[in-house]
Amino acid sequence: MSCLQIIGDYAFRSIGYGERLLPRSDFTLCHQATLIGSGLIWNIYFGVLALTAGFFLANAVALAKASRSRWLRKPAEWFIFLFRGSPLFIQFFLFYEAFALLPKAGLDIPLGLVTLTVDTGWLTRAWAGALIVLFLNTAAYSAEIFYGALQSVPRGDIDAADAFGLTGWARFRRVLWPTMMRLAWPAYTNEAIFLFHATTLVFFSGFPAFQQRGDALYYANYLADKTFNPFIPYPIVAVYFILLTLLLTWAFGRVNTRLNRHLPSNIRSRIRLRPQLIR
Amino acid sequence: MFSACADPSGLDGLAWLGCYLTTGKHIDFYWSFLTVLILLAITAPVALAFGFCGAVAARSPVLPLRLVGKGYAAMVRGIPDIVFFLFFVIALDQGLEWMLHQARCPDWTDPIRQGLEFRVCPEAKIPSGDAAQVWHRLYGFGLAAVTFSIVFGAFAANVLYGAMQAVPRAQLETGESFGMSPRQVFHRILVPQMWVFALPGLSNLWMILIKATPLLFLLGVQDIVYWARELGGSKTSAFAYPHPDWRLYYFLGLLVFYLCMTRLSEVVLGRLTQRLTRGQATLAGDARRKVV
Repeated sequence: MSCLQIIGDYAFRSIGYGERLLPRSDFTLCHQATLIGSGLIWNIYFGVLALTAGFFLANAVALAKASRSRWLRKPAEWFIFLFRGSPLFIQFFLFYEAFALLPKAGLDIPLGLVTLTVDTGWLTRAWAGALIVLFLNTAAYSAEIFYGALQSVPRGDIDAADAFGLTGWARFRRVLWPTMMRLAWPAYTNEAIFLFHATTLVFFSGFPAFQQRGDALYYANYLADKTFNPFIPYPIVAVYFILLTLLLTWAFGRVNTRLNRHLPSNIRSRIRLRPQLIR
Repeated sequence: MFSACADPSGLDGLAWLGCYLTTGKHIDFYWSFLTVLILLAITAPVALAFGFCGAVAARSPVLPLRLVGKGYAAMVRGIPDIVFFLFFVIALDQGLEWMLHQARCPDWTDPIRQGLEFRVCPEAKIPSGDAAQVWHRLYGFGLAAVTFSIVFGAFAANVLYGAMQAVPRAQLETGESFGMSPRQVFHRILVPQMWVFALPGLSNLWMILIKATPLLFLLGVQDIVYWARELGGSKTSAFAYPHPDWRLYYFLGLLVFYLCMTRLSEVVLGRLTQRLTRGQATLAGDARRKVV
């Protein structure tokens, strides 16, 4: 069986196209690389969607935490503490069990004359449930980063905005927010990288892999279990993730350049990878 | 456990709950919290030692040693740590058995890897086939602890390398001008001075280590996650204490445990930072001097 044929059979196995059965014997290098690469689709799906949605919530939570009103500040602080203070692994389990307790038939929400039936079964599936957990988790971590950046906006920038007569939304939109983004971006890049790493936990926590459609690590683990040889599948995952990390660093670096384009080139903030392991 | 709990079906309310929470399995569950604490107690110093060696190697003037040190520190950056966790446990196990196999069965002719199997001679099995269950569990825990130490050692190497670079060059030069050898400069100036720079990174690492402990479950150790799933699952009336699916409440308990650990660590590390910054020529040290 040629490698091209294997790629045709298994490249989209993780999202349900191609061969239904996973190979059971005669694992070639091509099998392993294709299957694991197919699983990577899920990692990218979780990472991109959670990061995009989380960005907006993180901005809102960071502003709430910086707010003067107790009613906004306290919930934001608790939200951040709850998601940053506990392991993501436990959060996955907890949310899965909570979603599983919802009635299978759907929730009935009475709206006066009509009753709206909300289907809840999809929440226990990884594509939705795990995405919600990752979204809330990254929002909490990013909110802390954005909050820190907002606190370190230089006094001079704010004075300049005042001098121009900018107030309220216009001041935030044109002065505070761009500076906050610029200061937060290197740390936010790290957060993005480690969020992608965290997506490998999804199928090892409560969320089951439906019809053996899993992520890169799920397939690597499957192959290592079947062949009793960890020395091939895990390095393949490692290579894929190094490539993903490089791509991500490049993309975020482009944004970083744009955010810093008004500054002289010698004081621009560089993106440095800082270790942060499991959340 | 208590004599009142001999017949659980006749109990209700608080008495039932009291008996339920003191069953033998629940006592095992409470002991597994100790497993987590023991893992933390072993991993933290060992990882720090690994990290220290890695950082020293990365600063070494000898090129191969430097490459090893830098490679070790860099390995955790691009790759999800859980890949290492899953990899090292099998790799270490097979590596140890392979070495024992070479030592104890020199005249064994069959290949070790036969198709999809990994076969060593019976004498090389760890722990040996007839060992008690407790040895199997201890061996599993030991492998997990070593794996945690290797991975977190790489992170610590990163932090300590940065801290060593951050010690002001002038302080080291002062030592040299007093005629100290490079060894003495390292022992008497660099190492004592670097901790204050390493502390923020190390405390961050400690938080991450706490939050990594549930991964013990993935490595096959009977830890708190294992017991929470085991005890929380719904029990039919065939069991002494039938109840519906309570896993949500067990995981809520674990969540509270971890939140308390995080909060406690934050307070302790905050105090430690204050203690270490006293008298240091940094912004935080200046702030302390002004307060006193």
